Order: sequence, then structure tokens, then C-alpha cells
Amino acid sequence: MAESNIISPENLVYEKTSVMTDRILHYCPGCGHGTAHRMLAEAIDELGIQGDTIGVAPVGCSVLAYYYFDVDMQEAAHGRAPAVATGIKRMLPERYVFTYQGDGDLAAIGTAETIHACNRGENILIVFINNGIYGMTGGQMAPTTLPGMKTSTSPRGRDVATMGNPLKITELVAELPGTYFVTRQSVHAPANARKAKRAMKKALEYQKLKKGTCFIEIVSNCPSGWKMTPAQSNKWMEENMFPFYPLGDIKVPEQ
Amino acid sequence: MARKGDVVINIERCKGCEICLSACPNEVLALSSEVNSKGYHYAIKVNSECIGCANCAVVCPDAVITVYREKAVKK
Repeated sequence: MAESNIISPENLVYEKTSVMTDRILHYCPGCGHGTAHRMLAEAIDELGIQGDTIGVAPVGCSVLAYYYFDVDMQEAAHGRAPAVATGIKRMLPERYVFTYQGDGDLAAIGTAETIHACNRGENILIVFINNGIYGMTGGQMAPTTLPGMKTSTSPRGRDVATMGNPLKITELVAELPGTYFVTRQSVHAPANARKAKRAMKKALEYQKLKKGTCFIEIVSNCPSGWKMTPAQSNKWMEENMFPFYPLGDIKVPEQ
Repeated sequence: MARKGDVVINIERCKGCEICLSACPNEVLALSSEVNSKGYHYAIKVNSECIGCANCAVVCPDAVITVYREKAVKK
């Protein structure tokens, strides 16, 4: 058969990067975490810094991130990943240090650590996965939940009069003098995933220049928490999340 | 003519989320009627229109797809 000739090592164009381990991810089918992990891993792979990278895992769905990245990893207490990363980076300034955090971890319990690490301008990369819900604990309302969005703790939809407004923490940290590169991306479609990878690569390159904190938000889905199929959740995200959390660079280094 | 490609799908890792289906420009992928050992309908190749663009593999959250593409013929 003609096709079988194509499957040979010299024709290989895409395979799972070796910066990801072979463990099967525990995430729900269609969850954006897997793609976000891999885009970060591919950025590390393409820069050839696997041996010099240290990651800090959060608490939340991605708590087991240390099983999936084949780099040195450290688990942090809930929300404290930027503080732990600060310590690691100060002791080992030549290493590339990143944190990988969800919205409950970064924008709720870890708000203080996030804002102060960004304000101090620590030379770390913060990857922030925003799906507007607490996925791991059963779909409760998060600080980033959209107005009117139904969750298990806002069953009639988020009412901003009593439950407050969603927190756009990415815009917030972009205002701080310590941040150098702040961008918002997504990984739901091929072009977006490739763009997110480029942003991560850029951020790791900036880290080498010691210019300040790089902050990448990935707007992602939560099929289980949103109670949708993966395809529906991506569509819902495009229609509802992106108007509120517009994709694109928020703070770019001056040329 | 577009270069031909092919995909190899690790069906045991596939969770049947269908995200690769919409990423494919040529509708090469579909879900099987059979299930893998975890009970998921897995992605399969249903035609030979693959051009090796790797879109499916890029968006696959579980990295189950490996993509091959024939080399460009030099003129």
C-alpha cells in the first residue's frame, strides 16, 4: 500500500516531545491542560533547555504536572507556586524556572503571591490556565467565572451584584512594573496552540535576559465542569470566554 | 499536488474527545465504533486524504497522534 511507505522515520513530522513523559494524563477527555502541557514541553525541547529547567506544580487539576514534564519539578502549597519559584530562581539564577497554575490556584488563593512575585519582577515564567471554574473539586465558581455562568455554587448563574465581578488578573499583572511580557493565548485550535508555543518560547528566551516576570494566560476549557462535550466546550469558549478574555499580547517588551 | 501524509494513532491512549476531528482539514479522522480497554471510542483514519499537516496531533490533549509526511520531490 502506498500509505505504508510514508510511515518511516525519515518522514516523521510530528511526535510527542521527549520533554513529556509517557504517562497517560489523568485529565478528562478534551481538557486543554494536555495541549498546554505539551506546548510548554515543546518550547523547552526546541530551546534545548530540558536539563536546565525547573517547574513548579500547583494545586488543582494540574497538581500532577510533575508526572508529565520530564524536567525537575517541585510541588508547591496551594497558590504558593510563584513564591516557591522565586526561591528556586534566586538560588539557581541560571536555571529556567516556570510555574504552571490554574485559575483557582493563581487568581484566588494565590493572588498575593502572584501579584508580589510579578511586582518584584522575579525572572520566572508563570503559565496561567484560565477555565473560569474549579475543575478538580467539582465545578465550583472561581474568581474568573463569567457573569451569568452556571457552576455548582452559582446554579442560577454568577450574579455580580452578590458574587462580585470576574477577576482579570492578567490585565492586573500587566500594570505592574515588574512584568516584562504578558500575553493571553489559547490551545483549542491548531493555530492557537502553535501561537501559544511561540509565546512560551519567547518568554523562556526573555527569562535568560533577566528582564522580569513573563506571564502567559491560556484561556482553556473544562468539559466536565461546564457539563459539555469537548467540542461544545471549545465552541462555548470561543463564543463566551474570548469576548471577555480577549486573546493577544497585553504587554510586550519595547523594542 | 499536496504532499501525502499519514497518521499513527495510539488507540490505547486516546480518550475519544473528538478535538482532532474538527482540526483536520480533509476529514481524515473519525471515531471508531469499537472501544479501547478504557471504554473510549478512539480516533481512526477513515480515508487516505491525509496531507501530514499535523493539526490533529498539535491539538490532541493526550498526544496520541504521530504524523508522517512524504518528502518534497526536488525539481
